Amino acid sequence: MSVRLVNITKEFADPEREGGKLVAVRDFDLEIQEGEFVTLLGPSGCGKTTTLRMIAGFEMPTTGEVWIGGKNVSNDPPNKRDTSMVFQSYAIFPHMSVEQNVGFGLELKGRPKAEITREVRQIMEVMGIADLAHRRPDQLSGGQQQRVALARAIVNRPSVLLFDEPLSNLDAKLREQMRVEIRRIQQTFKITSVYVTHDQSEAMTVSDRIVVMNKGQMMQVGSPFEIYSRPANQFVADFIGRVNLLSVTVEHLEQERNIARGADGSRYEAASAAPGVVEGRKALLMVRPESLSVESSTGAGPAAEDWMTFAQGIIDKAVYLGATVEYEIDAGYERPILAVSHDPVDAGFWHSGDRVILRFHPRAAHLLPFASE
Amino acid sequence: MTHGISKAAAELRRAARDPVLLGVILLVAGSLIVFVLYPLLSVGAASLDVGGGKTGLGVYRDVIRSAYLRKAFYNSLMMSTLTALVGTLIGFLFAFAVTRAKVPLSKFFNILAVIPIVSPPFIGALAIIMLFGNNGLITWNLLKIQNFPIYGFNGLFLAQVVTFFPVAYLTLKGVLESMNPVLEDAALDLGGSRWKVFMKVTLPLALPGIASSVLLLFVETLADFGNPLILAGSKFPILSVQAYLQIVGMYDLPKGAAISVLLLVPSLIFFYAQRALVNRRKYTTVTGKPQQSTTQIVSAGARITLFVFCLFVALVVGLIYFSIVVGAFAKVWGFDHHLTLDHFKFVFGVGFKAVRDTLMIAGIATPFAGLLGMVIAFLVVRVKFPGRKFVEGVSMLSFAVPGTVIGIGYILAFNHKPLALTGTLAILLLNFVFRYIPVGIESGKALLASIDPSIEEAAVNLGADSRTTFSKITLPMILPAFFSGLVFAFVRAMTAVSAAIFLVSSKWNLMTVHIMAQVESGNLGAAAAYSLLLVLIVAAAISLIRLALKSQYSKYGGAMLHF
Repeated sequence: MSVRLVNITKEFADPEREGGKLVAVRDFDLEIQEGEFVTLLGPSGCGKTTTLRMIAGFEMPTTGEVWIGGKNVSNDPPNKRDTSMVFQSYAIFPHMSVEQNVGFGLELKGRPKAEITREVRQIMEVMGIADLAHRRPDQLSGGQQQRVALARAIVNRPSVLLFDEPLSNLDAKLREQMRVEIRRIQQTFKITSVYVTHDQSEAMTVSDRIVVMNKGQMMQVGSPFEIYSRPANQFVADFIGRVNLLSVTVEHLEQERNIARGADGSRYEAASAAPGVVEGRKALLMVRPESLSVESSTGAGPAAEDWMTFAQGIIDKAVYLGATVEYEIDAGYERPILAVSHDPVDAGFWHSGDRVILRFHPRAAHLLPFASE
Repeated sequence: MTHGISKAAAELRRAARDPVLLGVILLVAGSLIVFVLYPLLSVGAASLDVGGGKTGLGVYRDVIRSAYLRKAFYNSLMMSTLTALVGTLIGFLFAFAVTRAKVPLSKFFNILAVIPIVSPPFIGALAIIMLFGNNGLITWNLLKIQNFPIYGFNGLFLAQVVTFFPVAYLTLKGVLESMNPVLEDAALDLGGSRWKVFMKVTLPLALPGIASSVLLLFVETLADFGNPLILAGSKFPILSVQAYLQIVGMYDLPKGAAISVLLLVPSLIFFYAQRALVNRRKYTTVTGKPQQSTTQIVSAGARITLFVFCLFVALVVGLIYFSIVVGAFAKVWGFDHHLTLDHFKFVFGVGFKAVRDTLMIAGIATPFAGLLGMVIAFLVVRVKFPGRKFVEGVSMLSFAVPGTVIGIGYILAFNHKPLALTGTLAILLLNFVFRYIPVGIESGKALLASIDPSIEEAAVNLGADSRTTFSKITLPMILPAFFSGLVFAFVRAMTAVSAAIFLVSSKWNLMTVHIMAQVESGNLGAAAAYSLLLVLIVAAAISLIRLALKSQYSKYGGAMLHF
């Protein structure tokens, strides 16, 4: 079912703060389509978990409304809302077997025993934990606990599935495996899902849309591509992946052809510009490290005409990672410029002290509003 | 077997390389044998003494044949069972109201439930006589009932529940607080009603704690001496009192010893059942980062009911302390309620020696008990030596054995050379030190187990010997346990009566024993004045330790002390 958050603000009493309260979420508006997978992404303390808990009903918004499936549920307690949550700590009942844990929701709904057994069996089959049915929770590994928690949430066929940083207690390899699994299960059952995480690659893997949050406010909503390649502001650009930013002045804005000039007068072109970028004002030119081509400053580059120079400088650090090589280039700016070169065998190696020129294609460049903070 | 011996030999060799450590081990083990085990064995031996230098089961036959003593046995078990069940129920509701339902006045209720723990154990009985006795405020002054039957089952049951529900409360408060609230959130999220969440998640998770509290209360009620001595009366005999009367009243040591053994056996069974339950693998419900939940897990109606219930319990506890305070200042309780300082004149005049003695004995015994507790905890957790399990078991034994039994054991064991200690200061000190180490040991063990041994290994690696490691590294780290051991030892030493009543003399007397004497002679005002002073001293001492800790170790805060 669809979920609608209408102009939600959530305040907590906090006598230590100015005004005696902490605003956890401010003026939050979001519409989630039926069957959609939306991720709330942001640093800790950004209000993402509070937002999720308001959908579940564990927290009541100070102002604003929560709608699930066209029904205003703002005043319903969690047990009256058709949502199922996968908790960060899994919250597996330690006094019940795996089977009892998974069947608990159906048991509460008073379903007949035979039906519970059948449904539980089926979901455990899908989750690949059928052979764990009679285990006790303390005999489970982290990954198995994760699957039990997911099975317990899904078996109820909830209208909305909620995930509260479900993978943060797993090791890196298992985490990658489970996020693919979560996406697969969600696609199988087509359950509307809201997922909270601070891990951007996790968000990119599972989501149809990502909501980036900071300090209780929504920074941007969009597909993984939009969030990564067309961030709305410097916060989003910085938070999702690594980024190179140049301070520029906007000269001309036009669909797909946005022209800006650097302090030294050099001309830059970017395929896109975020809202808030205004002609004649300052802005930031953004190019991701993997979109920069590292070329010799003496010889002519192999690139075609429309590639432009981002900066020139000296290689400060070169880190060989196998699949890629990461360079830090000192170009005289405050921060070093980052560049990632793929297939180093083809592109060649650069060493510390080499003079290089960094070039980019306007398709990979994006203009951001200049933030004074 | 040979493997076991060679392992023990290897451990011994390793210990011998550090003579200080070896000396400490021998000293601790030796004194535990002499001051814990030997008195108990003396009780057993005395109970088998049928006269004329012969041993046999004759005394037990006499005891079992006596219908009166059989009744005492039955009464003791019944009273302990009922107190354990009702006390745990009240303790659970109280703890649930304070930790989970978050009723108003939670802080106040918490303090109120803790006061009885730091009071002399018979204060409930004293107040009940003042309220419901022949000259009772409620029975006589308000209701004009003469000779209200408060002695016997009714009065004792009330006194025991009021005295011991706080123990259940503290146990279950810990259990409920360590329960992960996210589990309740999860159950609620899966569609359970609040009542179902309570029945299917909260209660089952608390069940081991509840069972443990029932067993603990059973052991403590069975061992209790002060309340039954005051309230049981002759028609409702209780074992601990009967053992005392056989020895102090009839000078029949074998019979007193035999009754003690009958008291000891169920105590030990229930105590070890409780230990086994506690040591069994617990549900670790808190994992990862600290969990928090702002969910209201209790409906408004339930919260109001719990609040009213708490108010009622608070009223009963409050009434008890109210009557002690007023009684201490009233001219003649029940007849003349004019305010007077006469009772305090008595306490600070003729009776002040007992106050001085008590303070001195508690003051000396407390640091020794605290330090010994830490040393034993360290030896048991960190040092490998043959007989480690023995040291651990014997040191915990004094927790399980009723004070009456220990008291009788001490007069039997230390009445003759080479350790003729009866009537001395030493016998009281030794009794207190060895009886009140277990809390220090327990908290020390728990804390040590949570500290990575590599920290101590690092000290040894840098060249520290075992003594330096203990005093410079281990002790500072387990300081919180040390202080909770200290507080416990001090409170118990100040309020002890069951064992001490056998060991006091004209030279060394205790406030508690004095209070009992005043109650017996009907001088309730003086008893109340003594009790009030005692509670104030204990409260002042605890506040002082707390304050010292706060200024010194502010990071530990109040969490350092269990009460």
